[in-house]
Amino acid sequence: MAKVIVVTSGKGGVGKTTTSASFSSGLAMRGNKTVVIDFDVGLRNLDLIMGCERRVVYDIINVINGEVSLKQALIKDKNCDNLFILPASQTRDKDALNLEGVERILDELKESFDYIVCDSPAGIESGAFTAMYFADEALVVTNPEVSSVRDSDRILGILAAKSKRAVEGLEPVKEHLLVTRYDPKRVNSGAMLSVVDIQEILRIPLLGVIPESESVLQASNSGTPAIHLEKSDVAEAYRDVVGRFMGEDLPMRFINEKAGFFKRLLGGN
Amino acid sequence: MTREEPAFKIKTGNLSVLQLHILTTDLAQIKQQLALRLAQTPDFFASTPIVLELSAIAQSGTGLDFTELVSFMLNHGMCAAGVVGGSAEQREDAIQAGLGLFPDVLARSPMRSATDDALAVTGIYAALAPVQPDLPGLEAASADKEPAAPLLRPTMVIDKPVRTGQRIYAEGANLVVLAIVNAGAELIADGDIHVYAPMRGKAIAGAQGNEAACIFVHGMEAELLSIAGCFKVFEDGIPESVRAKPARVHLDGSRLVIQPLNY
Repeated sequence: MAKVIVVTSGKGGVGKTTTSASFSSGLAMRGNKTVVIDFDVGLRNLDLIMGCERRVVYDIINVINGEVSLKQALIKDKNCDNLFILPASQTRDKDALNLEGVERILDELKESFDYIVCDSPAGIESGAFTAMYFADEALVVTNPEVSSVRDSDRILGILAAKSKRAVEGLEPVKEHLLVTRYDPKRVNSGAMLSVVDIQEILRIPLLGVIPESESVLQASNSGTPAIHLEKSDVAEAYRDVVGRFMGEDLPMRFINEKAGFFKRLLGGN
Repeated sequence: MTREEPAFKIKTGNLSVLQLHILTTDLAQIKQQLALRLAQTPDFFASTPIVLELSAIAQSGTGLDFTELVSFMLNHGMCAAGVVGGSAEQREDAIQAGLGLFPDVLARSPMRSATDDALAVTGIYAALAPVQPDLPGLEAASADKEPAAPLLRPTMVIDKPVRTGQRIYAEGANLVVLAIVNAGAELIADGDIHVYAPMRGKAIAGAQGNEAACIFVHGMEAELLSIAGCFKVFEDGIPESVRAKPARVHLDGSRLVIQPLNY
C-alpha cells in the first residue's frame, strides 16, 4: 500500500524542500518507487533543487484541470531511476489546487508508486492544508529556534485536528520530528535550542538531526539533492533519516545532548 | 476506675435531603396544592425529613405560620426537619416552630446566584454538586424557575497534546488535560481546569463567572491564568516558587492566588 508523506513545518526557510528532495531521493535509492510533489504553487522551488527546472513542461495544475495526463507531467529524476517529480505551477496561485483534484492525482499515483512525498509550502493557508490533508505520515521540519518550534507545534495541531485521517476518525497521522540546520556549537553556547529542548515542547518521535552546513547551499545551487553529496555530514544524516524511516535502528549522530538556551530560559537564574 | 461505654458519638454526615421550595407566603394555597399533589402519591414521603427552602419568599417581607405548616405536613406523612434560606424574621419564626436552621450558604436560589454569586458558591464543592436533589415527584413544587445548575456536564478529558493555536472549551464542565499544553494554546472551562503535564498556554477557568473555579497544573509555565474573568499574565516570568512546579490557582476576592502544591 502506497504511503503519502507530507514534509511540512509552518515556518518558511527551515529546509522543507531540501528535505523533500533528499528524503525522496533516499527512498528511491533504496529501491522504492517514489514520487515527490511540489505543492508550493506560485513559488515552485523543488524542480530547481532537483535540477530538473529545464525539463518542466506541464505541472500539477495542468493535471488537476485535466489538460494533460499524469504521465505527461511527471519528470524522471536525473540521479535515481525510481524517482519522479511532479512540479508546481509557477504562474498560478494556490487556490488553483483543490482537494478533489489532489485526491484524484494521489489515488492514481498510489497505483504505481510506493511512496508519495508532498513538499508543503510554508504557512497554514490552503496550499499547506492541501499538502497535508491526505497524509499518512508527516515529517515535521524544525530549526532549533523558538519561532520555528512554535510554528511546528501549530502544524502538529492542525494535523491532529484537520487532516483527512483526523476528520474521518482513522488512525492519526504518524508524526516524525526532523531537526535541520543544527549547530551543536551554537547549542552549547546557548544561542540555539537543543534537540532535547525541542522534543520537550513538541513531544513527537525524533527521526533525525541534520547538521548546519555550507554544502547544502552549494547542493541547492547546483541542482543536486544534498543526500548525493560526497563526504558530507548532511548527506550521511539524510541517509540515516531514510534508514530510520524504513525501520532501521540507527544511532543519532551530529547531536549534542547538553542543556541549551531553552532550559536556561525556563530554569531561571 | 472503670470507663463507661460511650452512649453516643457526634459526627458530621453528608446526607442527601429532599427540599420543599416554598414559592409563596399564602399558606392556604400551599396547603391546597400540597394536598392535591399528595393525593396522587399518598405514600411518597413516608416520614422522609424535608427541608423547607425559603429563598423565593425571602424578599416578600411577609411571615409564614410554620407551626401550622409543620403540623399540616406531619398529617400528610411529611416530616419537616428545618429551613434553608429565607429572611431573618422567617428564620426566627422557624426556630419558634421547632425547626432547625441549615447554613444559608448552601442555598442556590435564582436571586442569590444572580446578585451574590460569591456567597452562594463558597466551597468548590458547592459548585460541583448542586444541592437540590433531582426527584421527578418534586418538580411541580419547585416550579420551572430553577437556575441552570452551574455544572451539569461530565468532565471533559483530553489525552493528546494541546498545541499552539488550538482552543479547548469545556462548556458547563470541568476540563482535565493529561498531555502537554503548549504556548499559544487555550484551555477554557466553565468549571475547574486540571493539567497533569507542563502547562505553557492560557488557562481560563470559571469562564461563565464561577468564582469558586480553580486551576490545578502539574508544571506551571502558563502564559495567562484567569478565573471568572480575573486574569494574570507573566511578563516578568512565573514566580520562582511555582515555576515549572505543581500549583493551584484560586480566586481570593479580586486577587488571583497561585500556590505551590507541596506534598
